[in-house]
Amino acid sequence: MVVNDIVKKLNLKVFNKNADLNLEVKGGFVGDLLSHVMGNSDEGQVWLTVQTHKNVLAIASLNDLSAIVLIDNQQPDSKMLEAAEEEGIPVLGSDKSAFHLGGELFGLLEISS
Amino acid sequence: MSGITFTYKIEGGDFVNAGKASSEIKRTLKQLNVAQKTIRRVVVSLYEAEVNIVAHAHRGNIDVAINSENISIILKDEGPGIKDIDKAMEVGFSTASPSVISMGFGAGMGLPNMKKNSDYLNVESEVGVGTTVTIKVALIE
Ligand SMILES: Nc1ncnc2c1ncn2[C@@H]1O[C@H](COP(=O)(O)OP(=O)(O)O)[C@@H](O)[C@H]1O
Ligand SMILES: [Mg+2]
Repeated sequence: MVVNDIVKKLNLKVFNKNADLNLEVKGGFVGDLLSHVMGNSDEGQVWLTVQTHKNVLAIASLNDLSAIVLIDNQQPDSKMLEAAEEEGIPVLGSDKSAFHLGGELFGLLEISS
Repeated sequence: MSGITFTYKIEGGDFVNAGKASSEIKRTLKQLNVAQKTIRRVVVSLYEAEVNIVAHAHRGNIDVAINSENISIILKDEGPGIKDIDKAMEVGFSTASPSVISMGFGAGMGLPNMKKNSDYLNVESEVGVGTTVTIKVALIE
């Protein structure tokens, strides 16, 4: 499964134009405490968060995450969007909660594995 | 192999540039074919230390030295210093400001993350003067 599959199946918004939607999705991670995400997330995971600033992108990039999903209708701030355009890591969005979206993503990954 | 060295300047409060040093060191270690897991440990440690200067100090310097066996990182800042280092090492202890906390920093997990992901961690500090953090990670098993 790649990012584009979850964009379609979970009906996600794509915020950055140059998002690399072919990155492989290996799992998910939910967290808003940046040190928690930095220390525990893994390569290939999709990160569900309410944080909307540039440091989110730095962490996603340093940990080789495959996408960021802003939940509960959160919008990336301008600096985050700029960094996303440079890096190519998909910044996605949903009006659903982390609980709801995480549940759906877990279901998709179970089926495909 | 003779060593490679890097130096970075960090400004307190400059969250926009936080992570630049970590990102460049990650790229360098990749080029040196260091194991993915080891790169990960270096990146977690350096990122947390970098963010601590941005979040807690006024300004600082990072000196990185890489040789074939290990990476050694010294972060020296001018800032408020740390009153009780043992306490600062505890998970959950933080003096981060409300604005820093609202960004998702300030969970008090930075120093514990550094401890967990490094082979050597030393924190020296003088209240009102500054803090020096030394991190070492072995690059070969
Ligand atoms: N470079 C530093 N200068 C001054 N204080 C620091 C520095 N690094 C850490 N501290 C102190 O140690 C505490 C714990 O640090 P850390 O574990 O990284 O958690 P956090 O940064 O989330 O608060 C900080 O809240 C701060 O009080
Ligand atoms: Mg910290």
